[in-house]
Amino acid sequence: MNKSIVIDGKNIPFEDGQTIMQAATAAGVYIPHLCHNPKFTPHGSCKLCTVKVNGRNCSACTFPAAEGQTITNITQELNDDREKITQMLFVEGNHFCPSCEKTGNCNLQAVAYHLGMTDNHFPHFFENREVDASHPDVMIDHNRCIFCTLCVRASQQEDGKNVFSISGRGIEKRLVVNSESGLLKDSDLDVNDCAAHICPTGAILIKRTGYKVPIGQRIYDHSHIDTITLAAEGASHDE
Amino acid sequence: MTNKKVKVATVSLAGCFGCHMSFLDLDERLVELVEHVEFDRSPLTDIEHCSSDCDIGLIEGGVCNSENVHVLREFRKNCKILVAVGACAINGGLPAMRNHISLEDCLNEAYVSGVGVENPQIPNDVELPLLLDKVHPLHEVVKIDYFLPGCPPSADVFWKFLTDLLAGREPSLSYELVHFD
Repeated sequence: MNKSIVIDGKNIPFEDGQTIMQAATAAGVYIPHLCHNPKFTPHGSCKLCTVKVNGRNCSACTFPAAEGQTITNITQELNDDREKITQMLFVEGNHFCPSCEKTGNCNLQAVAYHLGMTDNHFPHFFENREVDASHPDVMIDHNRCIFCTLCVRASQQEDGKNVFSISGRGIEKRLVVNSESGLLKDSDLDVNDCAAHICPTGAILIKRTGYKVPIGQRIYDHSHIDTITLAAEGASHDE
Repeated sequence: MTNKKVKVATVSLAGCFGCHMSFLDLDERLVELVEHVEFDRSPLTDIEHCSSDCDIGLIEGGVCNSENVHVLREFRKNCKILVAVGACAINGGLPAMRNHISLEDCLNEAYVSGVGVENPQIPNDVELPLLLDKVHPLHEVVKIDYFLPGCPPSADVFWKFLTDLLAGREPSLSYELVHFD
């Protein structure tokens, strides 16, 4: 007999070892997330995927599915929390969408759209963050980094390198590059590396490609992130 | 109530007037709008101060100087519903990109040491409003009731928002109408 969990009243089958996120995605149920990508070890840091498992808040990307779980995902309360988390990400960095190449293709922006966020609510930090444009093909704009560690994990787990890391804690946390100078040009990052393409925001960009697709014709200009994500990540689970 | 027009005031603070230009993109819909709406203080009317009974205040741009603060407070005092219009009103936008540079360095670059500056001096006329240390989004200064994102929000956004309000509905923007860019 198939094992199943219940998400928002719907029976979702799972196999032993699957997380709630994996079971949900395979069944076509979208749980909002930013730091999760099914290709890599879950990180559980962005907290957008927080669901209530038998009344208790858990990160769906790290929490193992188990029989007897009754889970709520899309509720006013959880989506309000998700909106507040997203707003905190927006005020912590410097996210000026009109001047960002990633606009329209940005998961952070798309999650905000999905949650119906129209303002940033909190006071802005307006932190001074650096831009590293030293690499011939790839640039880092630290203003837009949300510390999801997808580039860190992609470099280690997919590219077999170790280009990125997170340094510092709490408010001092920063993305750092593993090279003597700390600059991207002195690392062994290649433009074809997965790590160069995995960033969910506009923090890591491929140079000279930013406006190949005009604004208005980009991924999230007309499509919700839930549809796009399920099409992309549901497929990669089946592989 | 049926015959009384809704009073709308508008202003551009630290903005580029792009949101106002986008508002004018309502084109022929403006004719229908003015059947229900009367413009109070606005660059469209040149009225200098808000009447005390404005219904809706549309604010473009963030807050970058002392005058912006006074104007914004005047709007909050006189408008029942205050709306942050566009990216700069919502998060400071392009003007806020000076926020990680000290004000002294900004002024020096623009008026003293910048390329092509002649007769270098920092403007200091008493008529000029003093710059704030940082550019702030509106919600950091006064309570804002609604936000219309976009750089600029399209005419369709203004239309949907205002027609919802005029019809007594809670304004709601479809996915296609919400863009941060």
